[in-house]
Amino acid sequence: MNHSYFNDVVVYGPGFMAASWLVLWLTISTIIVSWICGLAAALAQRSDWIAVRGVAEFYIWFIRGTPALIQIFIIYFGLPQLGLRLSPFSAGVFALGINSGAYVAEIIRAGLSAIHKGQMESSFALGFSRAQTMRTIILPQVLRIILPAITNEAISALKNTSLLSTITVVELTLYAQTLISATFRPFDFYIAVALIYLALTTMLTQLANWLERHYARMS
Amino acid sequence: MSPAPAPLLRLNGIRKSFGTLEVLKGISLDVVQGEVVSIIGASGSGKSTFLRTINAMEIPQQGTIDFGNFSFDWSGSAGRRPSAQQLQQLRTEIGMVFQSFNLWPHMTVLQNVIHAPVMLRGVKKPKAISDAETLLDRIGLLEKRDAYPAKLSGGQQQRVAIARALAMKPKLMLFDEVTSALDPELVHEVLTLMASLAAEGMTMLLVTHEIAFARDVSDRVLFFDQGVIAEQGHPDQVLRDPESPRLRQFLHRILHNDTRHEVSP
Ligand SMILES: Nc1ncnc2c1ncn2[C@@H]1O[C@H](COP(=O)(O)OP(=O)(O)OP(=O)(O)O)[C@@H](O)[C@H]1O
Ligand SMILES: [Mg+2]
Repeated sequence: MNHSYFNDVVVYGPGFMAASWLVLWLTISTIIVSWICGLAAALAQRSDWIAVRGVAEFYIWFIRGTPALIQIFIIYFGLPQLGLRLSPFSAGVFALGINSGAYVAEIIRAGLSAIHKGQMESSFALGFSRAQTMRTIILPQVLRIILPAITNEAISALKNTSLLSTITVVELTLYAQTLISATFRPFDFYIAVALIYLALTTMLTQLANWLERHYARMS
Repeated sequence: MSPAPAPLLRLNGIRKSFGTLEVLKGISLDVVQGEVVSIIGASGSGKSTFLRTINAMEIPQQGTIDFGNFSFDWSGSAGRRPSAQQLQQLRTEIGMVFQSFNLWPHMTVLQNVIHAPVMLRGVKKPKAISDAETLLDRIGLLEKRDAYPAKLSGGQQQRVAIARALAMKPKLMLFDEVTSALDPELVHEVLTLMASLAAEGMTMLLVTHEIAFARDVSDRVLFFDQGVIAEQGHPDQVLRDPESPRLRQFLHRILHNDTRHEVSP
């Protein structure tokens, strides 16, 4: 052994730590964008206007039918040709958020259809508007129903941040690659990256389990 | 005789179709303050649809409604609807209880009851809570205040649904077969509550298959048949001595076999 793992942690630890923080921020930002897109698309699918429904259908169809990597390239490399230049971080967050949003929309749609129509009826009959009903009666119930599915989607979004290594975001994967090209130790560093992802996804799952137990008391 | 009081609710020539199916064929009805009106009739005769046109949950194609400050002519130019404010005002003054209780499962009993007064009437929360507690005490469910609906029996849920509607202090209550989904042993507690409301002078319109109950509490019974009021009058007359053969047939059927177990196609 010409190196010690303890020494590695001291030398590379801070760098991995910084890259992990970046992954965390990328994920949180992506999730926020994806929930906004997903909720908008799910509600748009129920709109009275056919054009609004059409836009939502197209969005979901396009995103689910094309690779995430190509979507990222379109936004980061493609949009500048049309005069819109985004930083790697913003392009990455938008691309992944828009991507994940299409799946979130499908999850929310399934959740909405699981709510008995009497829930809306009783709310309308009391005088609540459609928006008030959605916000205070329907969506809180949908959230509880979709929690497991939405957790899986968040985990996918987290793992997909590794794709952003291709557009120069120095997240875990790209950071590891730069180390590997200097040290020729691909096994060690890719395993390190895998372990960090495992820690992050496990944390996310634990958080979701805790929320689910919290809500389970109610029904 | 004293002059008849102005009606609380006046409906004139209400018509409603779903596509080509004409469900309400011109219904007119005056209900005075404090009156209890029961609606009976075969499945599909339009009872629920009629009740739902009163608070504009269904929009009729023709007819007029007058209820307090709300006056509307549905026959006006096609597609005309009341404004959002008008709708909210109408619905906050009319309570409606359904066959399925439709309590909101993510809220406790107390939250179910205070939600509308707080959000729609702007009642301050402490006041709304103390009002709700008075209501819950009255329906005998104060100790369930912090329970979630899933923990309650059907009869208890339906009583909370009634309390939730009452919390808005409605001028009129609509009940659509509110005991039909209940196990037989739970029907009584809900009917008792409704009877006590009637005794207190609440104006009520109720669709029911409970003929004995209709006879006991109502001032008037309407028999719906194929989208019209085919017969109406005092319960003693309508239920004991019906004029039309169809009503006689209907009463015979309902009294001799329990139609609650009828399977609709
Ligand atoms: N939203 C709707 N769209 C189409 N048809 C409807 C709709 N609502 C009711 N109908 C039809 O209108 C007719 C009257 O229905 P309604 O529910 O008013 O009857 P009802 O007298 O309440 O019957 P029940 O005793 O079974 O509750 C039925 O033929 C029903 O199928
Ligand atoms: Mg009905």
